[in-house]
Amino acid sequence: MLFFESIRLALNTIRAQKLKSFFTLLGVCIGVMFLIAVVSIVEGMGRYMEQDLIGKLIGVNSFELRHRPNINMGDVDPSVWESYRRRPRLYHDDVAPVVDALPAGTRWAYVSDNSLPVSSRYSSGPRNAQISAVDGDFFAIRKFVIAEGRDFTPQELAMGTPVVIVGPDIVKRLFPGLSAIGRELKMGGLPYTVVGVLETQGSAFGLSFDNQVFAPWQSPVHRLLNRVPSIVDAVIIQVPTASQMTEAQERVRQVMRTRHKLRPGQPDNFSLQTSESALAFWNKLKRYLVLAGVALPAIGLVVGAIVIMNIMLVAVAERTREIGIRKALGARRVDIMSQFLIEAATLSTVGAAVGIALGVGLAKVIAAISPLPATVAPWSIVVGVALGAGVGIISGVYPASRASMLDPIAALRQE
Amino acid sequence: MSQSTEAEVGISTTAERQAVTSQPGATPGRDWVIVTRGIKREYDMGGEIVRALRGVDIAIRRNEYVAIMGPSGSGKSTLMNLIGCLDTPTAGEYWLNGNLVSSMKDDELARIRNKEIGFVFQTFNLLPRATALHNVELPLVYAGMSAKQRRETAAYALERVQLTSRMHHKPNELSGGQRQRVAIARALVNSPSILLADEPTGNLDSATSSEIMKVFEELAEQGQTVIMVTHEADIAAHARRVVALHDGQVSSDTRRERFVRENEHIIAAKK
Ligand SMILES: Nc1ncnc2c1ncn2[C@@H]1O[C@H](COP(=O)(O)OP(=O)(O)OP(=O)(O)O)[C@@H](O)[C@H]1O
Ligand SMILES: [Mg+2]
Repeated sequence: MLFFESIRLALNTIRAQKLKSFFTLLGVCIGVMFLIAVVSIVEGMGRYMEQDLIGKLIGVNSFELRHRPNINMGDVDPSVWESYRRRPRLYHDDVAPVVDALPAGTRWAYVSDNSLPVSSRYSSGPRNAQISAVDGDFFAIRKFVIAEGRDFTPQELAMGTPVVIVGPDIVKRLFPGLSAIGRELKMGGLPYTVVGVLETQGSAFGLSFDNQVFAPWQSPVHRLLNRVPSIVDAVIIQVPTASQMTEAQERVRQVMRTRHKLRPGQPDNFSLQTSESALAFWNKLKRYLVLAGVALPAIGLVVGAIVIMNIMLVAVAERTREIGIRKALGARRVDIMSQFLIEAATLSTVGAAVGIALGVGLAKVIAAISPLPATVAPWSIVVGVALGAGVGIISGVYPASRASMLDPIAALRQE
Repeated sequence: MSQSTEAEVGISTTAERQAVTSQPGATPGRDWVIVTRGIKREYDMGGEIVRALRGVDIAIRRNEYVAIMGPSGSGKSTLMNLIGCLDTPTAGEYWLNGNLVSSMKDDELARIRNKEIGFVFQTFNLLPRATALHNVELPLVYAGMSAKQRRETAAYALERVQLTSRMHHKPNELSGGQRQRVAIARALVNSPSILLADEPTGNLDSATSSEIMKVFEELAEQGQTVIMVTHEADIAAHARRVVALHDGQVSSDTRRERFVRENEHIIAAKK
């Protein structure tokens, strides 16, 4: 009951001295706010990475055969880079043997891509866009939905008809105010007819997924994409269920080792990239982000603790007479000690609560103005409250013990 | 106890103005609430020793109403603080209800202050931000009483000093006399063995003073042991025994009748 008494006293103090309390609690408040916000963003990014971005780049239950991994956002050793650079490329002739070796029911596609200028009669000057030459079940594996128009026909894919499917950004830039379907755009001086427009894919980290042009691999555009026209950048393979991944990867590996004439014991000179290998990088990045997310608030909390300690020391000095009265009426040292500790903890927990509210708000704002879907982690709220109380108790120990050691007579004599 | 009949409390056994308080027969126990033997309190002021009390022997029975008088600096407050267990003597022994408190530790003293002592101060010493009721509840908080029981007990104590109507007022909404009555209610709320008052009327006008003295009178009649410090003879004349301190020592210890007789001119002049 002394407990509730002390909490009530602390809340009264906050109410009576709003401005002072505001500054007292600022440090803890900001610390907890950043903790909640940063953790929310990291969680949101994580969810986005795991469920959205990686899926978009690689697709579910799928892997990519490449001469080297293209998702290398982590730190790659220079010697590894050197070995990547010396690897043989994949060629169009490799596709058929790989595809033939796959188990029945497996979907496949292959793609070459590059950034190239695209132009049209309806806009001034060429624009750079991501150009991909594709063949197979490319749109199905990547879960790209055609919003307007149609997919390539098997004939168009087989014959290399100069038709394209474009992202919404291309429509906006090359055909402002017009419908793109049936109209022409130019790549490498040759005309291509737009047959389909994709649904928007959004963007991540400032990179748009909508500034893309897709054409049949066999069309003339593939000559523009690589130094040697027959180079294929990736073969994409999607198995029906996750359990078939290893089997499919093993078959592809054996085909490629044979084609590259590797002896047993020699390492692979090609890569089988899965969403997991891409996620490994993300997990590494996440550790740094969480570290930053802890270090930043920690500074706020340390500052907050120092401020609270000072405020509590002032409170002890101002209330020396009260302490004397309480001691004269029978308060023991622990009673005085716990009164001031609880008061400090209450102060700081109130600060933490405000910080949590602001942090959740900040996360929501970031979610609203950026593509990151910030997700508030329940554990971060628990940690926030615990940190608040903890900072209060730690910063209250010294002032509270000073209060408890006061001599009652001297304290009573104070004006 | 047989020896103590000779040394009747409050009667000078030797000549006037002599230290006479020592009751060799006063054994700490049921009858004697307070017994001190040669208590001294010295302050070390950076080499210079200030002797606030130079060996005080005093014995007070249950239900006594004692006034302590003496010039400023004679050690009255120092003695009260020792009796009230706010302070410990540098030498000598002090028994309260037969317990030797002069050697007790801090937390034991806190418990004694809570259960056995009721303090009334010259400057009231109420918590300014708390209501009268809450101020009176404070000792019960430290006694560990439940909230409901606390409220009832505190309300009853305020009723005893006729302040029921001011229960929910803060100290700054009360007159000086009312504040002191709140303080008296707070001092009484734990039913202490002794009520200690250090110049309880020092900050009050004469009308309010006599009002407060009436409260003390009633309490004493109800059997409450009261020890009061004052330097006004007319206030001291309310007590049934007057102990005079001089330079840290007891200089006289008289019954009320004799004190009034000796100080008639001062008391009369005041009235
Ligand atoms: N904390 C202290 N440190 C040093 N000396 C002290 C202390 N407290 C009291 N004294 C000294 O002890 C002596 C007795 O003081 P005390 O307060 O008991 O006097 P008093 O009789 O209550 O006087 P008054 O009537 O003015 O209240 C004084 O000389 C005083 O200066
Ligand atoms: Mg005094």
